[in-house]
Amino acid sequence: MAISLGALLAGLVLWHLVTLYKLDFYIDFENVPSPVRVGSSFLAHLATQDFYIHIGVSMQRIMTGYLLAAVLGITAGVVMARSRIARAAIYPYIEILRPIPAVAWIPLAILMWPTEESSIIYITFLGALFPIVLNTLHGVEQTPEVLVRAARSLGASRLQILWHVVLPAALPSIAAGLAIGMGVSWFSLLAGEIISGQYGIGYFTWNAYSLINYPDIVVGMLVIGGLGTLSTYAVRLFMRPFLAWQRRAR
Amino acid sequence: MNVQVVSLERHSKAKRYGGKSGGRGHVEIKDVTVRFGHGADAQQAVKETSLDIPPGQFVCLLGPSGCGKSTLLNCVAGYVKPSAGTVLVDGETVKEPGPDRGMVFQQYSLFPWKTIRNNIAFGPMVAGRGHTECSSIANTFLEMVGLTRFADRYPAELSGGMQQRVGIARALANYPSVLLMDEPFGALDAQTRLMMQENLLKIWSEFGTTVVFVTHDVDEAIFLADRVLVMSASPGSVIADLAVPLPRPRLAKMATAPDFMQLKKQCLEQIRSESLKAFEQQDR
Ligand SMILES: Nc1ncnc2c1ncn2[C@@H]1O[C@H](COP(=O)(O)OP(=O)(O)O)[C@@H](O)[C@H]1O
Ligand SMILES: [Mg+2]
Repeated sequence: MAISLGALLAGLVLWHLVTLYKLDFYIDFENVPSPVRVGSSFLAHLATQDFYIHIGVSMQRIMTGYLLAAVLGITAGVVMARSRIARAAIYPYIEILRPIPAVAWIPLAILMWPTEESSIIYITFLGALFPIVLNTLHGVEQTPEVLVRAARSLGASRLQILWHVVLPAALPSIAAGLAIGMGVSWFSLLAGEIISGQYGIGYFTWNAYSLINYPDIVVGMLVIGGLGTLSTYAVRLFMRPFLAWQRRAR
Repeated sequence: MNVQVVSLERHSKAKRYGGKSGGRGHVEIKDVTVRFGHGADAQQAVKETSLDIPPGQFVCLLGPSGCGKSTLLNCVAGYVKPSAGTVLVDGETVKEPGPDRGMVFQQYSLFPWKTIRNNIAFGPMVAGRGHTECSSIANTFLEMVGLTRFADRYPAELSGGMQQRVGIARALANYPSVLLMDEPFGALDAQTRLMMQENLLKIWSEFGTTVVFVTHDVDEAIFLADRVLVMSASPGSVIADLAVPLPRPRLAKMATAPDFMQLKKQCLEQIRSESLKAFEQQDR
């Protein structure tokens, strides 16, 4: 903890120094705003209502896209792990679609979805979906066979085995997928909000870029980084009680 | 000793835990053959084996590893379907695993995310019994294996021996008519293993359920069983059926007594002569 704080502080100082002396050694810091300018611009924004609307709108998009991805991703992952047919049918789609970056989806998303809002949510959703599906699939496949056998001999039905054995066994892996998915959905959000004409922290950042407002670009970037970190942490915190048994080992 | 007296006594003790094993737990294995794989790769794991195990008997399946002990046990459990022949438990053909046949595995097979109490109550819980009933069954069996203090711990917090005791309690909490055990003490150190064997016999004497216990350890088989069934290696089949006339309760010190040694010698000789016979037959 102390080391991490120290490293962050050192980074801040370094950032201050390179912008102070306008370092130009292959990487050019000539136009990079200093931490002080970014900080004062951030404080100024904190006093405006718009800034909170940007953040609120983005959070809402994340929540919607992410929750959809969580529900669909876990379901698809479990189904794929339990049915060879489903797996053979769905897996190729995942393989093909997964490497496509969020930005590449923008034109098609605009054409496909009726509203701006729905196309942004779709892009966020896609970002979160793949890590969740793949981690769920992996987790379910890792279920120790002996536990399933034990449950069967104790009289559990297929549904009871799914609920009491397979899902708990997959949970550590699912939790990891949910945390990664949260990070990726923020990542995709920035791309998706290029579409947005008015609000969102991604829009705020793009807008600052087109207005050549350098400090605001960095403010936007850092806010996305901070919110991404916080929400990933929130996911971990949410999953913690369900994984308490893991920490009790030895 | 009068056999009827023994079984009556067992029955009354079983009542303490609500055991209803009187007369239940008749295992019949009829001409069972198990083949794995197809065509040229096909391999016979168990060959034309027939056994009749009366209710309440403690039977050990003894044989070298790979000889098909687990496969035969799994046929009774319902995990493996015989390629030929049938297994009957109390007159019903075994088709799939079920709560009437409790299973204890060699590897630790407790649910790591459930407390000891909830592991033991798993059977009653999936059977749809109420919370209070599950809880009282769990308490009974926690007490039986002496782990009441650990009720709210998770399996990973317990030693290997304790975990296997929970495994036994979990299987018995369904009041099965047969208890199937696949080298349950194989992973334990010698000392713990001895303690577990005595513990198991004590539980069994109070419960009186039929036990089919798989082991590759001659001492363990003789110490525990009423009857030792010796299996030959590939393809597995029962080559000797030996009664163990040692008195009960069995105590650890018996394992070094002369009559135990005598029995062990007999057993080993029988195994040897039978495997020689099988060996020669194969040669021809
Ligand atoms: N599911 C299976 N598929 C293929 N071969 C198996 C399977 N289970 C067991 N065998 C084979 O059957 C033989 C007997 O195995 P097993 O019953 O596990 O022996 P034991 O329990 O006596 O060590 C071994 O040769 C093993 O490789
Ligand atoms: Mg085995």
